[in-house]
Amino acid sequence: MGQWIRACASDEIDREDVIPVDHDGRAYAVYRSRDDRYYATDGHCTHEQKLLCDGLVMGSVIECPMHNGRFDYTTGRALGAPVVTDLRTYPARVQGGTVYIEIG
Amino acid sequence: MGRERLERYSLSGPENQAAVDAGLAGGEWFRSAVPRQRMKELMRRSDGPAIRDTVIWIGLMAAFAGLGIAFWGSWWAVPFFLAYGVLYGSSSDSRWHEAGHGTAFRTRWLDQGLYQLASFMIMRDPTTWRWSHARHHTDTLIVGRDPEIAAMRPARLARLLANFAGLVDVPAAFRLMLVHAAGRLTPDEADYVPASERPRVYRTARVDLAIYAATVAAAIGFRSWLPVVLIGGPRLYGAFMLPVYGLTQHAGLGENVLDHRLNTRTVRMNAVHRFLYWNMNYHVEHHMFPMVPYHRLPELHEEIRRDCAPVYPSLWAAYREIIPAIVRQLRDQEHFVHRELLPGAAPFHVPTPASDGRARPLAAARAA
Repeated sequence: MGQWIRACASDEIDREDVIPVDHDGRAYAVYRSRDDRYYATDGHCTHEQKLLCDGLVMGSVIECPMHNGRFDYTTGRALGAPVVTDLRTYPARVQGGTVYIEIG
Repeated sequence: MGRERLERYSLSGPENQAAVDAGLAGGEWFRSAVPRQRMKELMRRSDGPAIRDTVIWIGLMAAFAGLGIAFWGSWWAVPFFLAYGVLYGSSSDSRWHEAGHGTAFRTRWLDQGLYQLASFMIMRDPTTWRWSHARHHTDTLIVGRDPEIAAMRPARLARLLANFAGLVDVPAAFRLMLVHAAGRLTPDEADYVPASERPRVYRTARVDLAIYAATVAAAIGFRSWLPVVLIGGPRLYGAFMLPVYGLTQHAGLGENVLDHRLNTRTVRMNAVHRFLYWNMNYHVEHHMFPMVPYHRLPELHEEIRRDCAPVYPSLWAAYREIIPAIVRQLRDQEHFVHRELLPGAAPFHVPTPASDGRARPLAAARAA
């Protein structure tokens, strides 16, 4: 049984956007898609460890604010240079207006 | 002294690790506080402006090339090829840059297509230069880390001047194409290009060399310079605006400072220059927020200008500062242009001997 943590209220995130969530000194990024689904990934880009929460969400893609590296945040897949290492993803669910993510 | 200092710019030298040890590599750079909602608006991608500008750009090149061909053999061809050459040999730099960031278009394949085309025109390998430019953004003007420092201290003046006709860049590009086509990278490239990307570099070099070989063969076969004037040649005879624009970005400013407001210029330019340069004159804004497309940079400028140093009102004003600074750096390599932030601008780093702009040898700076 994994550890689920409270990430945020579901209305804290706009559709097609991302917010940062910190837990135990670790950074996560929580996304809300255009069709109102929630996703979670590591908070830092795998290229140079910049925070993804300042980046741009376009469809299912998060773009890093530093070098424009792109990931599919629904799968974590790196979509091309300068990111070549996939992003770790975490299961997310909404319950009673709260977003939870499973971190371990 | 000058030679020793120039050696410090090598990415394969000891200054690279010294910058890492001093916390200058991958450092935290200043960013103005722009509300998230506003940033999202500014970062939003669209295809319209870049399609319009690219159609005009390619259309103008086709028109000028057509007129040049029509008048080939007479002096009337010269102004048309000059215009074609600037669009090809100078403006391809800004198209390469914007498409390389992936911000020109919303549609990915349009961006990739423009990036490949512009990379070929400007004679830069699209893969190595993508990584080089990523490093430039991570470590802007950090000595030993940034592979794109155009005006070093002391400036290699003869090379800077020769490059107004592409006489350094073009031979270097062909040398690199041959190295890459042989399946190798330079030591500096090996510092920032991951192994998984390297086969792409070798493949592109072989394709590019084949295109240039076909161009030269056509010139020999037709006993005419025209194929070379159309392909490759503009990178020489039309390259003079590339350094005119490019040197305004950082030349003469502080090194190792971790604040783009202090090591980067924003210069006001007229509409023609901004078209040719695709708004890269808003360079502080671009470095602070690289995800904002070129056509939104004037709006971003309005958001952050109160946090910055004063804008240069013209190219002329920028060069009145750049030329004396470069000349003085020939004999005084600790000299640099101090940028004073506007009153009320958000402060950031308190300079230390390692990050005060002089870029002294880091071992000595840390001991000070």
